[in-house]
Amino acid sequence: MDCLPILAHESPDSVVAYRAGQPVCARRFLADVVHLCAALPDSRHVLNVCKDRYLFAVGFAATILADKVSFLPPNHLPEIVRHLKQLAPDTVCLTDHEAGIDLPLIPWPRAPAPLPDHWEVPLVPRGRRVACVFTSGSTGTPQPHYKTWGRLVDCVRIEADRIGLSDGIKRVLVATVPPQHMYGLESSVLVALQSGQALCAERPFFPADIATLLGDLPLPRVLVSTPIHLAALLATRLQMPEIERVLSATAALAAPLARDIELRLGARVLEIYGSTETGQIASRCTTQNVEWQLWAGVQLSKQGGRTWAQGGHVEVPTPLGDLVEMTTRDRFRLGGRIDDLVNIAGKRNSLPFLNHQLLALAGVTDGVFFVHDTLHEARTSATRLGALVVAPSLTASDILRHLRERIDPVFLPRPLLLVDRVPRNATGKVPRAALQSLLVRDGPPSLHIARR
Amino acid sequence: MKQNAQLLSASATGSAIAEVRQNLARLITQTLNLDVAPEDIDPEAPIYGEGLGLDSIDVLEIALIISKEYGVELKADSAENHVIFKSLNALSEFVAGRRTR
Repeated sequence: MDCLPILAHESPDSVVAYRAGQPVCARRFLADVVHLCAALPDSRHVLNVCKDRYLFAVGFAATILADKVSFLPPNHLPEIVRHLKQLAPDTVCLTDHEAGIDLPLIPWPRAPAPLPDHWEVPLVPRGRRVACVFTSGSTGTPQPHYKTWGRLVDCVRIEADRIGLSDGIKRVLVATVPPQHMYGLESSVLVALQSGQALCAERPFFPADIATLLGDLPLPRVLVSTPIHLAALLATRLQMPEIERVLSATAALAAPLARDIELRLGARVLEIYGSTETGQIASRCTTQNVEWQLWAGVQLSKQGGRTWAQGGHVEVPTPLGDLVEMTTRDRFRLGGRIDDLVNIAGKRNSLPFLNHQLLALAGVTDGVFFVHDTLHEARTSATRLGALVVAPSLTASDILRHLRERIDPVFLPRPLLLVDRVPRNATGKVPRAALQSLLVRDGPPSLHIARR
Repeated sequence: MKQNAQLLSASATGSAIAEVRQNLARLITQTLNLDVAPEDIDPEAPIYGEGLGLDSIDVLEIALIISKEYGVELKADSAENHVIFKSLNALSEFVAGRRTR
């Protein structure tokens, strides 16, 4: 059978990870993986919410070896967990912290894994389903997308080539993104395991955390991040330790910001384009090219006004969430966002999905989410959503409290306007002009909410 | 709560804290386009999650405001962090005790 190794480190002593600044070798990693694998329960589905990236990687690899599927939903809110239980009642949760998730927990093995004398890297069949990610789709139900081992590995091997990690030099990858999303899974865990690099267990958040963590790690270092974290990093006056390259994804990085990062940090900035369904499919060197270079094997085509990706490591033909202008067969530019789809701080969602969640609340008789960017004075970097809600018996804070159980906080409406009627036109849409006049008429949203 | 906050600030006086609190409330509502007037923020309500209803992007922006205005760098791994984001009061007290400008 066609198989691929669980990791590419060629010697048992090569470093797979750094935890609290200390190296963890490949022998230790594999021992931990095999040990946990033997301790996994019979169930077929695992929700791995570990915050420690090393423990996440151990859990992910053990789940693969046990021929189980890792669930990687967009968040771990009660509504999503309920949905996972419906989809797979045998789902169990692997966690390294008090996560408050309503699922049976897998206890981590108490005794440390014994280190074996022999060195043998496990092989996994290419066709094995190892992960399941979810997109919001256009209905209220998250849509599952299964990932097979061979295609995940193909993707990160191309990535390693494209971002310059295939030259035999051992680097350490520090990421500000969690390992549970596709970008984090590919660029902070799998690419390290499949190109012989080391991942960093900690996930820094504030600029000062990034500086401290990087400073304690050996050279050369790669920072895996997002435009929001990078903009925050640049805005501080902190002295940053040496970084060899910076990876950015989840939203397009503005060219001036990329230039500033290269000047200030002396690092090369590389950007990755992908989606939950397709995985990573293109990259660019932001300071040199506006155009994205499509990765080997992947093809784009136009169908019905959308651009579809297929072939190569893309599991099934998938429409992209952005407007794409193809310049050559394997190069493209990104246009604006597609109506109804939103990307806030790298998290994608669809307005119809959010509307379903709003209308599912008891006491809400009508309501609609809207994108709020035109109303901003561009003071904040992030687009935000607003909502008009008809709910005679509820207050705005009641509604927010209930929404908080169902949708990621970045999508919570700001403002949430309680109205007597949603100004819909004949087709059921809310015209932009009606929305504007409602917002202007009511003045600052705070006044309106305060009145209720 | 009050006890915790006191642990964080060595020297700031009540009026110095009040000045920081007022300024932070204004900057936070302005920068984040919040639905509340600065003076309506409950100074004892949690900043994260329920209460002010902020998410992690907002917290990053607040960290930037504090870095620019007061020269104080927030760190997530510091044990004080869960205390300082407990409320606007706790945050103001922390900043007032550490400010370098």
